[in-house]
Amino acid sequence: MQIEIALNGKKNVLNVEPDEMLADALRKIGMLSIRQGCDTSCCGLCTVWVDESPVLSCTMLAFRARGKNITTIEGVQPEAEKFAGILAAEGAEQCGFCSPGFIMTVLAMKKELPSPTDEEIMHYLAGNLCRCTGYMGQMRAVKTYMEVKT
Amino acid sequence: MECVGKSVVKIDALAIATGKPMYTEDMVTPGTLIVKILRSPHAFAKIKAIDVAGARSMDGVECVLTFQDVPQVRYTTAGQSYPEPSPYDRLILDQWVRYVGDEVAIVAAVDEKTALAAIDLIHVEYEVLEPVLDLSTAIDNPSIVHPESDLSFNFPIGLEKDRNIASSHTVEIGDIEAELAQCAVVVEESYRTQAQAQAMMETFRTFTYLDHAGRLVVLSSTQIPFHVRRHLARALQIPATRIRVIKPRIGGGFGAKQTGVSEVYAAIVTLKTGKPAKIVYSRKESFIASNSRHASQFTVRMGADREGFIRVVDIQGCSDTGAYGEHAPTVFSVIGDKSLPMYNKTKAVRFKGHAVYTNKLPGGAFRGYGATQGTFVQECTVNKLAEALGMDPTELRLRNLIRTGETSLYYKGKKLGSSTLHRCIERGKELIGWDDKFPRIEKDGKVRAVGMAVTMQGSGIANIDTASAEIRLGDDGNYLVLVGSTDMGTGSDTILLQMAAEVMKTDMDHLVIHAADTDVSPYDPGSYASSTTYVTGMAVKKASEELREKIIGQAAAILKLPPTEIEFDGIRCFHAATGAEITLAQIAAKSVVGPELHQLAGYATFGSPVSPPPYVAGFAEVEVDIETGKVSLLDYVAVVDCGTVVNPNLARIQTEGGIVQGIGMALFEEVQYDARGNLLSNSFMTYKIPGRKDIGGIRVYFEPSYEPTGPFGAKSIGEVVINTPPPAIVAAVYNAVGVRITDLPITPEKVFMGMQKNKNSAKI
Repeated sequence: MQIEIALNGKKNVLNVEPDEMLADALRKIGMLSIRQGCDTSCCGLCTVWVDESPVLSCTMLAFRARGKNITTIEGVQPEAEKFAGILAAEGAEQCGFCSPGFIMTVLAMKKELPSPTDEEIMHYLAGNLCRCTGYMGQMRAVKTYMEVKT
Repeated sequence: MECVGKSVVKIDALAIATGKPMYTEDMVTPGTLIVKILRSPHAFAKIKAIDVAGARSMDGVECVLTFQDVPQVRYTTAGQSYPEPSPYDRLILDQWVRYVGDEVAIVAAVDEKTALAAIDLIHVEYEVLEPVLDLSTAIDNPSIVHPESDLSFNFPIGLEKDRNIASSHTVEIGDIEAELAQCAVVVEESYRTQAQAQAMMETFRTFTYLDHAGRLVVLSSTQIPFHVRRHLARALQIPATRIRVIKPRIGGGFGAKQTGVSEVYAAIVTLKTGKPAKIVYSRKESFIASNSRHASQFTVRMGADREGFIRVVDIQGCSDTGAYGEHAPTVFSVIGDKSLPMYNKTKAVRFKGHAVYTNKLPGGAFRGYGATQGTFVQECTVNKLAEALGMDPTELRLRNLIRTGETSLYYKGKKLGSSTLHRCIERGKELIGWDDKFPRIEKDGKVRAVGMAVTMQGSGIANIDTASAEIRLGDDGNYLVLVGSTDMGTGSDTILLQMAAEVMKTDMDHLVIHAADTDVSPYDPGSYASSTTYVTGMAVKKASEELREKIIGQAAAILKLPPTEIEFDGIRCFHAATGAEITLAQIAAKSVVGPELHQLAGYATFGSPVSPPPYVAGFAEVEVDIETGKVSLLDYVAVVDCGTVVNPNLARIQTEGGIVQGIGMALFEEVQYDARGNLLSNSFMTYKIPGRKDIGGIRVYFEPSYEPTGPFGAKSIGEVVINTPPPAIVAAVYNAVGVRITDLPITPEKVFMGMQKNKNSAKI
């Protein structure tokens, strides 16, 4: 079926299967930042924004994105680079496979929570798994980033 | 040093973090066939008949292969230098299936849906056999996991296939029983360590195609491009020169990708069809049909004299290599090799046992590679011995651990290189507040306690690992470094450049690196065995030194002065006495125009006769809920001696990440099966890796030593960091509530039941 979405601010017409997930539909049109690390909506790697809110694109049927604003990390590169730079300064991107989904969640958090506590940060990011870093470096980077004025 | 020792940002950091396409699946071209595997539903069975007619005739299906369609030459997928110690016990597809998930048929179709539908059309008739599902009953079990007659090995590994023994290993020095009889205190304990899944975020995946010359190109998420090329040559029965293996960015490995898991299935489809093919494992497939840490069980006896000198360590047991013997003999030997040398006041040591075949997921390489299991059983026993001796466990270790320049029974006279382990312990004690907190503090109904452990690993495999590196001076005066090591997110490409920059007296902006591609890269076994910093690093350093000398030689020739009088400052070569000079840029430009030139490159190969151990002293502080048995890790202090810290930020993240994987092994992670051998923990819902709320605080400190055989004094960091959490947390839990967990992971149930048992026995 054909659906129309706004992808990273631009109108886009997608041909999607009835059972196709948003993650697959987006990868198909070249949004290769979208990765999947599980089959069970557990890892957070595929996080994109649907109408500005972080959503797991691996478990959202593509047709449900009809008429919505979809944002991938390709659409927020300047801000993503700002945080990625802080993350990299900690050495905390490691393999990088989980980074796009993680960064999309961090950027959403910054918009949503003005001055979160450590507990609130961890709660917000709990759905983003990382097997490489042990999370401590990510936390250092997030705390630095949260103090940066956008 | 200008570049080594600095927290340089990883060269690939921004690109990978912001989602640029550079992983295996991102390289796939349109028109690529999708490969799917039909997997065995039985733990042990023989295929009586297999009907693929329906699948083959389906529209969109391009290739269906069964055991009747593939070369019948056994091989190993273990990423090891040839001749591999692992047995050749695998076929691409076999008439026998040996675990739930074992490959039965390969299907390739134009899209995923078609491939999956075709799989549903394959009918298999199995003769279902009684599986071997418990490592303790594997030996001499009536079921023989490998009944085939063509299983082979490169050299004796103590394999007795008719007894389900994949390998046997004995090291015995001194008279164990006689020395135990002399000991004032002897403790004994039996342990079980679980299979642990590496669970890197990027599952196994491979993309293959034929190039313009008809060669097979294999783009794969692998730690071992050169080994994969050799495996494929044997399995597919084609010359290795007809194969090119390329490693793009990898989404983690942790040893899982030190085994060639997915490559052969795409490769054979491309060879059969001539078309590009890709295989991407689902998370479930990654859990059930790849490899994991070998589960093990060991009994340890340890004896000490009245002064607290450990005189005997005796470790015996077995490990579970599952259905295939990848890494079986080597992981087993490492269990002893990387634990027993630590305590060198011993008069007798023994390490003995087998790796056994069962009908389970194959064992493989996982960060630590046996040292994790060895550290667990030895360190738990040292903690128990300390209690029996009435000694503080840190004091017992300070008294007994090997020091620089000393040897141990296990080292047979070889002397230990650098170590600051004793300082690591002293510093860790201060940082965790050991003297105030040991063994426990009870306050407001809560119990807090501390525990500790120490560990060692190696740096590359002594006398085996050997790597080459090349560095070229380009026509613009910058450098290209070529290596075959496989940065899997660790940052090894970056730290190798730091080393080259150090020698060339330049900064990171003037160097680029290429890795890894078997057509382009100098030989390297790949990144495993904590080898890259030490082995490849030394090759890079030596190659750079050779190039530096050549640059000076070239300058001397141009300036018509003796090379011994020429200095190189990274930008120019100059002659201090006369002021004559020529810039590197001029040398580079001159080297590409005109006759009879020598274009400048350095090339070096390095392998070491020793594998200097890095060390960690790990300290855990836990709180135990006495109502539920739940263990909360409050604080973990790791003090690390990895030699010179080449890049402090990257070494810190390596350590934090390794500690958290160790915490996972201690508290959460376990590969579990049902009674028929179905692997139950096949998703992140049922296999719990630590999340960010599960780990408390982790504090990492370095106590650098200077290892004379390593590049700039460096040893290794990648593996050693995973080993201490299981024994340290077990000790802390024991100190908190008196429950000695010997069977990982430390679940609330085990702690709670242990507390009940203690209460009941106190009543009696």
